[in-house]
Amino acid sequence: MTDDTPTLAVENLRTYFYTKAGVVKAVDDVSFSVRRGEVMGLVGESGSGKTVTGFSIMGLVDPPGRIAGGRILFNGEDIAGYSDEQMRRLRGRKIAMIFQDPMMTLNPVLRIDTQMIEAIRAHEKISREEARQRARDALGKVGIASPDERLKSYPHQFSGGMRQRVSIAIALLNRPDLIVADEPTTALDVTIQGQILYEAQKLCRETQTALIWITHDLSVVAGLADNICVMYAGRIVEKGPVDDVLDHPLHPYTRGLIGSVPTQNQRGKPLYQIPGMTPSLLNLPEGCPFRTRCPRAQEDCRREPEITAPLPGREIRCFHPHLETVA
Amino acid sequence: MSVFIIRRLLQASLVILVMSLLVFFGVNVIGNPVDILINPDFTQEQREAAIRALGLHLPIHEQYFVFLKNAVQGDLGISFVFGEPALKLIVQRMPATLELAFAALFLSIVVGIPLGVYAGLHPESIAGRTIMGASILGFSLPTFWVGIMMIMLFAVMLGWLPSTGRGDTVEVLGIHVSFLTWDGLRHLFMPALNLALLKMSLVIRLARAGTREVMHQDYVKFARAKGLSRRRVVLVHVLKNIMIPVVTILGLELGSLIAFSVVTETVFAWPGMGKLIIDSIQLLDRPVVVAYLMIIVFMFVTINLVVDVLYSLLDPRVRLQDLKE
Amino acid sequence: MSPADTKMVGTKMADVSTGIPPERASPATAVETPFRRFLSDYTESPVAVVAFVALVLILLIAIFAPVISPQNPYDLAVIDIMDSRLAPGETNFAGDMTYVLGTDDQGRDMLSAIFYGLRISLGVGVASGVIALSLGLVIGLTAAYFGGKVDTLIMRTVDLQLSFPAILVALILVAVLGRGVDKIIIALVVVQWAYYTRTVRASALVERRKEYVEAATCLGLGTRHILFRHMLPNVLPPLIVVGTVQVAHAIALEATLSFLGIGLPITEPSLGLLISNGFDYMLSGKYWISFFPGVALLITIVTINLVGDRLRDVLNPRLQK
Repeated sequence: MTDDTPTLAVENLRTYFYTKAGVVKAVDDVSFSVRRGEVMGLVGESGSGKTVTGFSIMGLVDPPGRIAGGRILFNGEDIAGYSDEQMRRLRGRKIAMIFQDPMMTLNPVLRIDTQMIEAIRAHEKISREEARQRARDALGKVGIASPDERLKSYPHQFSGGMRQRVSIAIALLNRPDLIVADEPTTALDVTIQGQILYEAQKLCRETQTALIWITHDLSVVAGLADNICVMYAGRIVEKGPVDDVLDHPLHPYTRGLIGSVPTQNQRGKPLYQIPGMTPSLLNLPEGCPFRTRCPRAQEDCRREPEITAPLPGREIRCFHPHLETVA
Repeated sequence: MSVFIIRRLLQASLVILVMSLLVFFGVNVIGNPVDILINPDFTQEQREAAIRALGLHLPIHEQYFVFLKNAVQGDLGISFVFGEPALKLIVQRMPATLELAFAALFLSIVVGIPLGVYAGLHPESIAGRTIMGASILGFSLPTFWVGIMMIMLFAVMLGWLPSTGRGDTVEVLGIHVSFLTWDGLRHLFMPALNLALLKMSLVIRLARAGTREVMHQDYVKFARAKGLSRRRVVLVHVLKNIMIPVVTILGLELGSLIAFSVVTETVFAWPGMGKLIIDSIQLLDRPVVVAYLMIIVFMFVTINLVVDVLYSLLDPRVRLQDLKE
Repeated sequence: MSPADTKMVGTKMADVSTGIPPERASPATAVETPFRRFLSDYTESPVAVVAFVALVLILLIAIFAPVISPQNPYDLAVIDIMDSRLAPGETNFAGDMTYVLGTDDQGRDMLSAIFYGLRISLGVGVASGVIALSLGLVIGLTAAYFGGKVDTLIMRTVDLQLSFPAILVALILVAVLGRGVDKIIIALVVVQWAYYTRTVRASALVERRKEYVEAATCLGLGTRHILFRHMLPNVLPPLIVVGTVQVAHAIALEATLSFLGIGLPITEPSLGLLISNGFDYMLSGKYWISFFPGVALLITIVTINLVGDRLRDVLNPRLQK
């Protein structure tokens, strides 16, 4: 493994759910890579497959779902086929995850210190006192005052923002190489959101941890991420550096997403909305899944588009990208 | 916390009061109280003296107050059969019944919870399904019949365990307990198991349902995301969350265990309160019956109260909520 | 966006189906269909079918006991004390009858005694169940329909009673009322009515909020009419489930009380009494006097429970639709 090897390289990942109603292709041919210290924003509506992608990386996809194909290269090694025990050793130590709703992700009947200390001692044989010390430091690092008291409390005694800080602290405890954050600020109000984003970014730069930030909110990734992947119906439809993509979106879906963010529109004009609804994954349209809602859809869109790279550093899955926006 | 306790105490007292009314009026309004409470072998003079002594010549509501006053002082009547205070008779036999009930509770927890959790973790496996099937059986079979079958199998056919009675006892703090002797344990095992079977099915079903519900919660997934071993996830995260409803229901079931011991005690000739009450009903020893009912209602309500308090201690959300109030 | 594109988007919108399956025919349209569907669902489980057949058999035995028993065990002219305590398969003193399941201490044929015992056990169990059900139905519907203080009072009583174990309630009642068939039935009814009331009230409350009650009220239909002709048929399915389980419990409870000697009098020998009779002989190896009545009781209770379980599985998901 050279220094150039990306921390995470996902290649043609497919995660399918085999339900009684049919096969749900939650993640269908997804590829991207994240380097050390890099922040990747994984953007999409609910049902786009972004959360399942995150779980696939962690090996937490439960039946009736499973990884049906592709590779997940972590520090160069394919972990897609790892046994549960092998994954367990990676989880919480080399790859950590932050969940969306901190109230439900912290066990309500256990104290904070218990939940933090166990995360450390599951991977290292150190004394409880040492583990507690590390926990205290981690809480301090995420900006929680009087950590000793906080350690002895229960989750419901914290506010939402503080609970999420605790989750971040837990993620950082064992200094992982990669953090997967699944909509961590969605349940919080805007001011807290801003603080958390700032803290997360700072910490990742300091520790050179790779970060995948899963969200449906474009404004969040705008200030935070280095690169962005846009997902729709289980596929990546656009990929590239965040500023490029947001300033000059190529895919009609990306354009629609940006267009529907309130700040982009001028006052008085009606808010732009992408017509139609996200399709059910059991009943996808033929060819390009966005075809039925796309203003630029034409007859050839009935074929499945492949990933193309019309510009350096940019990737797109579309037959009719908005190339005219790029000078 | 204290507000909570006081409120529950008041509720409990109310229930006991209502039950005392029911029992009192039940005995005095249905059937002739004179026949019920006074020994039919008395002569006419003795009867009249007893009527005056018992206050039966007074109007009914005054009789009730006399009853209450006596009850609070510990006088719940004299047994016809034994000629001794009913309360004393019952209290003498209480340790045996309590021993049986607690042994049954212990068995149902120690066997029921692991089985239930296993069935919850592996619901589609053969073992899981067998456990559930067996629990349905345990729930539907009448206790007394299972007891008889146990005696037939283990005592008569195999000769492993004694068929009836209580074993040697040892005195601890003035109370005779039998589980501290080997002979006592041998005698205790079958009746305790018999009594436990009914509750065991309940515990298994509860533990299974609880496990299945908890396993889908986000915090279990998060625990796995932290890289915790499956053992820790189950033993610490899952177990602590299912213990709360299980303990609550079990606590309430303790009262029912004590009530149900009447059956087991009869089958196994275990010298407890239950056997006393059955004999008393058959022999029409009414004072003992009334005394037993009052005591058992009292125990019941007390147990419910204790369980409520325990529940609030176990679930930190409830406990700390009250502190804020 | 060209007009051609807009048109395509417009028509294609219909493609974007969200995968909702087509609506099922409502039960009000045809009486045949739900029942047929119920039958096919029920018979999916072979165990349940076997249980149902066994149950029907037991019911038939109970009803026709005097006709099919080899001997009337309570006719003193027929039984012979010389035949007492014979093991299963032995013949009687006169040599003209084989006691398939042996005899008891009085020389009664066990098989016949069991048939008659089934009759009484089932009779008492079902009678008390039916009465308790009717009572629960009326009280539960009343509580659900009138709500408010009436409802609170009824439910508090129900909760209070349900917090005490059935055996205790039965004990209290037997102690106060005394012995006798009618008194035992009363005791069983008092034990059971609360369960029925609670079930009826729960489903009635759900029904009450549904539109057809509002529609009926708007039409000016009387309270009783609404209660019995409209709400009742929808409240029945969960009631049937509870009913089967409760009857099993009632039978078990009566057997327990009779076994303890405080249940039915000896003039009405239920299975519980038979078992209790034979208990003393068990220790000396004459197991059949207790064992076979016990098995009969067991099969009865288990089959009722199995049928009830299956009914619950089959009836419930439909209610949620």
